[in-house]
Amino acid sequence: MVDDTRIMLTGGHLVDPTNSVNGPADLLIVGGRVAAVGRDLPIDPGTTVIEVPRHGVVCPGFIDMHVHLREPGDEHKETVATGVAAAVAGGFTAVACMPNTTPVNDHAGVTRLIRGKAADVGLARVYPVGAATKGRDGEQLAEIGELHAAGCVAISDDGRPIANALLMRRALEYASMFDMPVIDHCEDRSLAGDGVAHEGYHATMLGLRGLPAAAEEIIAGRDVGLSGLTGSPVHLAHLSSRGSIRAVRDGKTRGVRVSCEVTPHHLTLTDDRLAGYDTNYKMNPPLREAADLDTLLDAVRDGTIDCIATDHAPHHYDEKHAEFDSAPFGVIGLETAVSVCLDRLVHPGHVTLVRLVELMSTNPASILRVPGGTLGVGVPADITVLAPELSVTVDSSAFKSLARNTPFDGWRLRGGVTATIVGGRVVYANAAAKGAEPFTNAM
Amino acid sequence: MPVVMAADQVARSITRIAHEVVERHRTLDNLALIGIRTRGVPIARRLAAGLHDIAGTTVPTGVLDITLYRDDLMRHAVGPQPVLRKTDIDFSIDDRRILLVDDVLYTGRTIRAALDALIDFGRPGAIELAVLVDRGHRELPIKADYVGKNVPTSLSESVQVRLAEVEGLDEVVIKDASDS
Amino acid sequence: MPPIADVLTPDGLAAPVGLRTKDLLSIGDLLPEEIYLILDTAEAMKEVGTRSIKKVPALRGRTVVNLFFEASTRTRTSFEVAQKRLSADTINIAASGSSVVKGETLADTVRNLEAMAPDIIVVRHQSAGAGHLVARLCRARVINAGDGMHEHPTQALLDALTIRERKGTIKGLKVSIIGDLLHSRVLRSNVQLLQVLGADVSVCGPATMMLPDMARLGVRATTSIDEAVEGADVVMLLRIQLERMSGYFFPSLREYFQLFGMTPERLRRAKPDAIIMHPGPMNRGVEIASDVADGPYSVILEQVANGVAVRMAVLYLLADELQS
Repeated sequence: MVDDTRIMLTGGHLVDPTNSVNGPADLLIVGGRVAAVGRDLPIDPGTTVIEVPRHGVVCPGFIDMHVHLREPGDEHKETVATGVAAAVAGGFTAVACMPNTTPVNDHAGVTRLIRGKAADVGLARVYPVGAATKGRDGEQLAEIGELHAAGCVAISDDGRPIANALLMRRALEYASMFDMPVIDHCEDRSLAGDGVAHEGYHATMLGLRGLPAAAEEIIAGRDVGLSGLTGSPVHLAHLSSRGSIRAVRDGKTRGVRVSCEVTPHHLTLTDDRLAGYDTNYKMNPPLREAADLDTLLDAVRDGTIDCIATDHAPHHYDEKHAEFDSAPFGVIGLETAVSVCLDRLVHPGHVTLVRLVELMSTNPASILRVPGGTLGVGVPADITVLAPELSVTVDSSAFKSLARNTPFDGWRLRGGVTATIVGGRVVYANAAAKGAEPFTNAM
Repeated sequence: MPVVMAADQVARSITRIAHEVVERHRTLDNLALIGIRTRGVPIARRLAAGLHDIAGTTVPTGVLDITLYRDDLMRHAVGPQPVLRKTDIDFSIDDRRILLVDDVLYTGRTIRAALDALIDFGRPGAIELAVLVDRGHRELPIKADYVGKNVPTSLSESVQVRLAEVEGLDEVVIKDASDS
Repeated sequence: MPPIADVLTPDGLAAPVGLRTKDLLSIGDLLPEEIYLILDTAEAMKEVGTRSIKKVPALRGRTVVNLFFEASTRTRTSFEVAQKRLSADTINIAASGSSVVKGETLADTVRNLEAMAPDIIVVRHQSAGAGHLVARLCRARVINAGDGMHEHPTQALLDALTIRERKGTIKGLKVSIIGDLLHSRVLRSNVQLLQVLGADVSVCGPATMMLPDMARLGVRATTSIDEAVEGADVVMLLRIQLERMSGYFFPSLREYFQLFGMTPERLRRAKPDAIIMHPGPMNRGVEIASDVADGPYSVILEQVANGVAVRMAVLYLLADELQS
């Protein structure tokens, strides 16, 4: 039976960089695919009409290319079900999940399990990232061909770098056979040692062991070099330091196939937040200095940074409620990323909405070679509807995620999500955004 | 703000107490004065000078801070915790006759604390008490041996002793709590 | 003789009558006038230690828990003596190893203690910020007795008391701190405290043990011990932990002593009346030669005696409920 469900999104502002659309337009979905885009489209009988609230922006679905769903193995932190619920509540229609589960996603069985769980939930699309090496041990390549066949879209040993340069070279070469990027977590572990916070004034005064920026930059530089050597695409995850950005900029100038991402927290927070030893500011890479943040903002503006990804890293309350150096690294981000980016990047004028859509939809889709990132006629109707003027107060207790480890709890932000549509189905609708009132700064 | 003792009355009271002390003690050789911080200290020093004038004897004089012995340390009632200052008793109090000196005798709790403190320093032969003002309202069975002046007060009043060494002039005034 | 009521601090600040803070976790928590209050109170407390009955009833009926996750004979004993001199009820808990190994989280340990309603908890822990975590979890006042590489505030206070006793003032003194700067909580507390009190602080150690971003601390740093000692009023040596050799910090204890060990010859560059300090425990023949440790300049045992007085002062001042 042919699905001919007709849904019309009317009254919105449509942003689709791939088709150079940036203005008022209606969008018609038929059978889960985009059927028409234009002004004042005729509404046939039998069409469900969704009126986009005032100021609403209709974009290709946002893709978070760096999340940890924790299943299998750490279901007390997060599950595929709770993770994707968090994703759609945060405006993401798809996520790419990292392989550091237990067992590691280094074979097709784990990949299929994750995809099966995701299919059962049926909210956001879930793209597993396979391990680059067996057990993420950095010794032997994982069976990348089989992982690809099972549905992995990229390979990575995320959480750990691929320390051995020769092995990294081989991973790049081997993965290129399947047109898969290698995503690397840039950190020279021998230099980073047992550091827990950015090596600088604040860590020094707080007595926290340092993670020098150079530990990230050394591997970023190496990876750019290896990508140049092999001609294979490399994607550098969650960059945080000035020197890493220099390495990427240099690589891009030379035509190296390097791409990179940055997290919302590295674009908004610096290491002075550590003063109270709140473990919700503990992540790896760590919060760095104001000069790093400024460089990251520049790089987001000038295109050196391709994507914003959350590095959504759920941890259980008990694990985070510990001494700073024994608490695990990581913060969650799926349910705050859009608000933080609208408030801190778009409204202050660092980036346009068009650029934000590139960073959070178009570019992740193209780097992972997955559908999405566009609203051209015929593509699956994965759509994020933004409410840039919605006043949002972050309340971690209301999160869909199992975890609460956010550094943004209680933040009052301008901008949020109205609805999330996956394959033409409304998987999330924000009651608060109905007739969203413009944000007024009542101070 | 009534002045109940002017400078000359303060001086005369201290001199009179010195005479009474000499009368009551066969010898001053075994006597020592201990002033309770803050204002008991200058009064004790003046008393010692008076005793020297009358009897020619230099009576050793010590300083006692009773802060660590107060029973109101953990209470909210009395305002902030007093600043702890040094206790300075550079002689043995064992078997001596000790004359404790303070400015105002009120509830008796300060003297109780001072007695506890003294007993931690040794075993005096006897302890006597001299105060410049006794304002009544005792809460403990304590009585002064030498009193400069008895000043009847109500509970809402406070008695303030001012001394040249501390405030730059000698006088005793009564303040009603409502004045402040 | 100054008037008795003159309770102005050397900087002309009006003396406060208590501490604003609930806890003492870091020197940075203290205002300059509060630092003077602690030092003055400690000076008065020293007298208690000279009595035949070394006990006053100030903290009678108060419960103080010494929660030590790290072995420490010196600091724990010093706190315990201070508590006993103030008549507090003292409970010692030696929780060996990390909470992870023990199977109970620090948070649970503290919540259990809190249920027994202690008034003050003294915490020593191998993790920086552990005191902050304890303080967030309980109503009891928390004193940081050393948290990882972060701070050891009562050590810095007792050092300041010792210097002030010997030198009369701290303002304008040249203080050189020499040794393993990177890992030292004593250094972090002392640099802040001595700077507030107006000392001219310089630090010296191997380049591998310098603090990152040291320039922002406002101290002079040198790797030349002769330069560091030159004209110093106070030379403070920091302990070298023998396990540091595994972190590639220096090649051998022998070479460390050759380059950074304090010898009588090196000490000649200091002022003739310079004093030598060490927070203990000392490694004789590593950071300090025995004839320096036992020599006439050494005030190391005075530091220990002052430790009790400073801890009495801090316990006493924090015990006042009014400040909460």
